[in-house]
Amino acid sequence: MSAISLRALSRRRRRHVVDMKVSPYAYVAPFFLLFCAFGLFPLIYTAWVSLHEWTLLSDVHTFVGLGNFGTLLGDAYFWNATFNTLSIGVISTVPQLLLAIWLAHLLNRPLRMQTFFRISLLLPNVTSVVAVVVIFSQLFGRDFGLINWVLGWFGVGTIDWAAGTGTSHVAISVMIMWRWTGYNALIFLAAMQAVPRELYEAATIDGASNFTQLRRITVPMIRPTIVFVVIVSTIGAMQILAEPLLFGGSSVTGGPDRQFQTLSLFVYEHGFTKFDFGYASAASWIMFLFVVLAAGVNYLLTRRMKGGL
Amino acid sequence: MTPRLRLLAVPLMLALAVTACGGGGGETAGTASSAKPAEKVKLTVGLFGDFGFKPLYEEYKKTHPNVEIVEQVTQFNDHHNNLVKRLATNAGAADIEAVEVGYISTFTALTGKFHDLKQFGLDKRQADYLDWKWQQGISKDGQQVLGLGTDVGGLAMCYRKDLFKKAGLATDRAEVAGLWPTWESYIETGKRFAAANVAGAKFVDSPGEIFRAMVNQAPVGLYDTSDKIIVDSNPDVKKAWDLSNQISQNNLSAKLAAFSPPWNTGFAKGSFATIICPAWMTGYIQEQATNASGKWDIAAVPGGSGNSGGSHLMLPKQGKHAKEAAELIDFLTSKENQARVFKEEGTFPSIPALYDDPSIQTFTKPFFGDAPIGKIYSDAAKALKPQHLGPKEADVRTAIGNGLGRVEQGKQSPDEAWAQVLQDVAKIK
Repeated sequence: MSAISLRALSRRRRRHVVDMKVSPYAYVAPFFLLFCAFGLFPLIYTAWVSLHEWTLLSDVHTFVGLGNFGTLLGDAYFWNATFNTLSIGVISTVPQLLLAIWLAHLLNRPLRMQTFFRISLLLPNVTSVVAVVVIFSQLFGRDFGLINWVLGWFGVGTIDWAAGTGTSHVAISVMIMWRWTGYNALIFLAAMQAVPRELYEAATIDGASNFTQLRRITVPMIRPTIVFVVIVSTIGAMQILAEPLLFGGSSVTGGPDRQFQTLSLFVYEHGFTKFDFGYASAASWIMFLFVVLAAGVNYLLTRRMKGGL
Repeated sequence: MTPRLRLLAVPLMLALAVTACGGGGGETAGTASSAKPAEKVKLTVGLFGDFGFKPLYEEYKKTHPNVEIVEQVTQFNDHHNNLVKRLATNAGAADIEAVEVGYISTFTALTGKFHDLKQFGLDKRQADYLDWKWQQGISKDGQQVLGLGTDVGGLAMCYRKDLFKKAGLATDRAEVAGLWPTWESYIETGKRFAAANVAGAKFVDSPGEIFRAMVNQAPVGLYDTSDKIIVDSNPDVKKAWDLSNQISQNNLSAKLAAFSPPWNTGFAKGSFATIICPAWMTGYIQEQATNASGKWDIAAVPGGSGNSGGSHLMLPKQGKHAKEAAELIDFLTSKENQARVFKEEGTFPSIPALYDDPSIQTFTKPFFGDAPIGKIYSDAAKALKPQHLGPKEADVRTAIGNGLGRVEQGKQSPDEAWAQVLQDVAKIK
């Protein structure tokens, strides 16, 4: 081999090393660039806005320090929205995940028309949220709603779903469950398929019932997926906006008594109808902290969940 | 899934919107001047609800074949909120934007965002208009003409003859008007209606719009002339509040919030016997209660005359075809066309010369049992006393409306609700 080709070889090798070291970053760069533009930058900019008296129609932005946060923490409507968010979050997420695990368990066995069932699970999720809320608002109608009509057979009087705090939370939670149960069931199903069949066969020989198998084998085996789904659902539930907004007929206060105004709706009310961006940004940041907190607590709780349900 | 991210991303998205929809309304037609007649011009008209303009566009195109008109209709609240956003970001507004009186002061304050219509010679129209209607479209300093009026909402009371008959009340419109010279007697009539127990029907749809009507009848409303909110000190507001709550407390309300889907169903099902009826409401009733032709009728409103609603057309500076758009505004608000829109859609002209016009005076509608609606609304409009409207009318009304709603839903006593209303109103900046 001549000296020249040796040099060429080492150059190629060097290029290869650079390639190996740099390329991975280049491949992931698009995500991070987009994340910086649409995630990180707005996050930081919102923090900046939240320190100002900042309305959309004025070019003067007075620096007020933590003033917006002070007002916010003393604002009873903000805490009302926090309570509503948590309440709707719990009422929608807990039954939703239990139902999703059960549905996934039912589908995790040889069935006819398996694909049909699996696709049907996903159908509610691909429906537009607006369509879902419009239809469900009619179902939950006070005078001519289907649900009150059916309840009437059992002697239940007319329920004004949107008027009550509890009833409106239930109605909104049902809409959320309708959209997300099937989606979560599919994620659980995917995880369940990775559980070795032998475990179930052995359990069956030992005489374990179907339900015991679900509790003692399936749930512990798919725990990482459960942790993931719980956290994602919690984050989703903290950010509910379209359902309460449309359920209230485009009223940003979530009913006259703010009985179903969620945190997102509170932010929307101040940011996009009162155009008080400073206050809305402060609320967004507190909301962000709540989401981090809720996700963290859920992570700890579900990680410690050893023996199944 | 990620409303939070969307909210956080607002400043950025707005920035993007500037580039994305920089075209605004007029994407056809190049940068050249519009002097050449053959040049294609596309004008967008941003409205809330049906203004009855569609036949007018067709007619306009006959004389202006190069103009294409696209109507963009949004919901009432969304329309005005979006307009604020679009003005703030200088992008996305239609060439012509409709603004309702509840918001007009908000927008006439933004002189930098709208063209002065004087530039296009439209100050010549002043003589046509009701003076107070004209004044509403003028900038605060009185120097600029920012909006031309479309309609006014002279008040009347619509009622269902069939339901009144079932309740044993008078059905003739003169006699019905005699039942309620005042709001107190209106509520008394309501109690008689309720006592008759007509199945499936209440006397009123909900107290919200009644409250608005009562306040609008007062010489001074929610604001004084220096734009200070006087909800807490104006006795007329408190009186309207008390009377509105009597409707809820006597169980006269069908509890159907105005413009909600159940309210629309209520028209079709005949869930309420009376509804406050500014002229524009007649078109709405006709649209919703398609099965009730001939059952509705119109009587004079309790408590004298008043105005509720009505709109202006404004010309945002960001549009590319200001001259053509100004011409279209002139056309859409012209005397002949306001008369025509009234006959087709029900929105009542803001041009007093029309009020004595025989074609308006004798105009009737079979849907309302051939009620002489031309005469009823002419009388209402002539008797109107103008009221000063402040910049945040809509927000103040929402706060009070929510208070009425809490009483209606039985969540608070009127006093508790009033205390909360005053707190909420005090926070409006």
